[in-house]
Amino acid sequence: MARALGLALVVAAVLAFPLSVGPYPVKLVQEILIWGIFAMSLDLLMGYAGMVSFGHSAFFGIGAYTAALLLPKWPGLLSALGAPALAAALGALAIGFFSIRVGGVYFIMLTLAFSQMFFALTFQNAFLGAEDGITSVPRPLVFGVRISSLGAFHLYLITIVGAAALLLHRIVRSPFGHVLRGIHDNEERMQAVGYPVGRYKLLAFVIAGTVAGVAGSLYTQFVGSISPDAFLWTTSGEALLMVIIGGTGTLNGAWLGAAAFILLQSLVSSYTERWMLILGLTFVLFVLFAPGGIVGALRGRVGVRS
Amino acid sequence: MLEVEGVHTYYGESHILHGVSIRVGAGEAVALLGRNGAGKTTLIRSVAGFTPPRDGRVRLDGESIDAWPAHRIARRGLALVPQGRRIFAPLTVRENLLLGARGSAWTLERVYDLFPRLRERAEQSGGTLSGGEQQMLAIGRALLTNGRMLVLDEPSEGLAPAIVREVGRIVSGLKGDRLSILLVEQNYHLALRVADRVYVMNKGQIVWEGTPAGLEADEDVKRRYLGVA
Amino acid sequence: MPALLAPALLTIDALTRTFGALSALAGVSLTLEARERRAVIGPNGAGKTTLFNVITGQLPPSGGRIVFDGRPITGLPPHAVARRGVSRSFQRTNLFPRLSVLENLRLSAAAGAGGSYNLFGRVERVTAPLARARETGAAVGLAERLDTAAGQLSYGEQRQLEVGVALATRPKLLLLDEPTAGMSPEETQRMTRMLEGLPRDVTLLIIEHDMDVVASLADRVTVLHYGEVLTEGTFDEVKRDPRVYEVYLGSE
Repeated sequence: MARALGLALVVAAVLAFPLSVGPYPVKLVQEILIWGIFAMSLDLLMGYAGMVSFGHSAFFGIGAYTAALLLPKWPGLLSALGAPALAAALGALAIGFFSIRVGGVYFIMLTLAFSQMFFALTFQNAFLGAEDGITSVPRPLVFGVRISSLGAFHLYLITIVGAAALLLHRIVRSPFGHVLRGIHDNEERMQAVGYPVGRYKLLAFVIAGTVAGVAGSLYTQFVGSISPDAFLWTTSGEALLMVIIGGTGTLNGAWLGAAAFILLQSLVSSYTERWMLILGLTFVLFVLFAPGGIVGALRGRVGVRS
Repeated sequence: MLEVEGVHTYYGESHILHGVSIRVGAGEAVALLGRNGAGKTTLIRSVAGFTPPRDGRVRLDGESIDAWPAHRIARRGLALVPQGRRIFAPLTVRENLLLGARGSAWTLERVYDLFPRLRERAEQSGGTLSGGEQQMLAIGRALLTNGRMLVLDEPSEGLAPAIVREVGRIVSGLKGDRLSILLVEQNYHLALRVADRVYVMNKGQIVWEGTPAGLEADEDVKRRYLGVA
Repeated sequence: MPALLAPALLTIDALTRTFGALSALAGVSLTLEARERRAVIGPNGAGKTTLFNVITGQLPPSGGRIVFDGRPITGLPPHAVARRGVSRSFQRTNLFPRLSVLENLRLSAAAGAGGSYNLFGRVERVTAPLARARETGAAVGLAERLDTAAGQLSYGEQRQLEVGVALATRPKLLLLDEPTAGMSPEETQRMTRMLEGLPRDVTLLIIEHDMDVVASLADRVTVLHYGEVLTEGTFDEVKRDPRVYEVYLGSE
């Protein structure tokens, strides 16, 4: 009961945010929400299924570019959400089909390689805008209304991101989510008791990729443009950092990790160009002293999973 | 040289060794026999420092080593030839041999003299050797540490009978060379050929002690603890 | 051997498995009847665990056939073999350390139940595997420890859970690889009593070194040596067989 109340309060605060402060803080929060859901999708993969991917930017980028290409012509929700999600899902199916055959370091390298293929593709392709990417992407029309105002977009964003977050939370508590945890803890035994582990891993990969694609398309809508950097390994790396700093395997840690990263970036970069150094140090300190991330530190220890 | 007194060893809360006591005198070769699960390897692990005993004493050449870390025990003179050989597959034969080499009595040349096949394969990687050759390599590696207490844990495991005989010949030959030997084995014939004295273990306890001739004559002990009941 | 009226539950025919020059299994043939309790014994290197690995699909065979419950399972992957009703426990404890005892068992019980692709349901509502998990937990003597993380159990309790996880799938054939490995005498007794108490419709094939356990549990014993079946019979017959005695004492 207390948890639900607390959650409601947070949601209300975030919803009411644009009414009380200027545009800059609002944009910061929106960026945190978008990166948060992107990181959360990665946490499903890493923290629950135990699959460490360094190529999650592939799906972020696929979603982002799909939205960027479709929205100028067809500004409805299908272009804004439906098509990017589908494109990312198909991308994840294809990449996952090959990557899931291997594990450990090889999985990391393979996912990285695939995402960089996309980077190279978009960087060199004139139709996709080459290194400048695609600009002047309009905000979508939701039920006939163009959501250009700060408040409208804020509401739209919260709804989508909230729904995605609720979906992920629901999934990890489902029978499927429990199978993923089993696979993470002991893949061999899961096979031995009768689970076709490969199929479950692929499904997890596709779900994570789809949500990442939605995050990517929201990013395009947020900024109004997209560049090949969406596919760059640094995008995957930043999401990874956010998951770890926030707390792997907690889902909600992704918000905290995204907030920590983006606020640090915004705050520190106004004082020094070396904000990356500060971030790196922060990351190292977390890994050494708070391996459970922010959520882990708040909880003391991570409890028994059941 | 080696004194084990009333040792109790646990894996977590499982009480595996129940008050085990054995002795290996200087220059002696002692065999420890018993079926799988008898506790032989647990005893070796306790002596070598991998699974220290919770109770009891282990003394090597007079010094109490039961609380020492494994590397310190090795430096003090315990030369272990582990179960399953555990040679370093990516390293060459020569690199494997020289890895822990210390002291002067045993040299690389002397080991090659003892195992001519290792000299032939000196630059081959350890992983490409046959089981028997790997066993020679493991023994050579232990000898080169110039420890005074050689402990061999089931050297016959996985080896063809001809090779087992050769291993037995070589280990017998090492006796009395400023070297004391503790041989843990399932292969009764090999153990009796090498040993001056024999212990028999079952379910974490020493159940028999005596000479090879004595054990050979005791059908009852042999059947119950070495055969199938 | 004359054919029996009911076909055997498990038929292994000339099974071989080589690793390069090493013949771990050199033509093993074995027939197991339903409701039978068979022990597989033999000195180190006899091929016992390799036999289990090939039956359960962890290793493909180099030759030979395996027929279970009337259908060939040769070369099937582990999860498929498990789905057919063959379950196995491991010599080195192979649990889900961070998950509770109950969850360990529930995951296993849910494996064949279907519904594991359910993305939205609540796991607590899928009652059949939960009930099965509790039942199995009680059967292996862990009813009081259901909420403890598997990694926090004592070694003996972990070995009990190891058998439990294999049992929770409701197998027709249960392969136990040294269930009492590393156990103290008291724990071994407890495990033996537990195994004796299992329902007879679970056929058992057990690798064991502890001859007291074999004597208590086994209807028949198969002796392996250098990857082949040396002999088969009741424990008493095998005990008195001079060839078996020789094989255990090792080569001259």
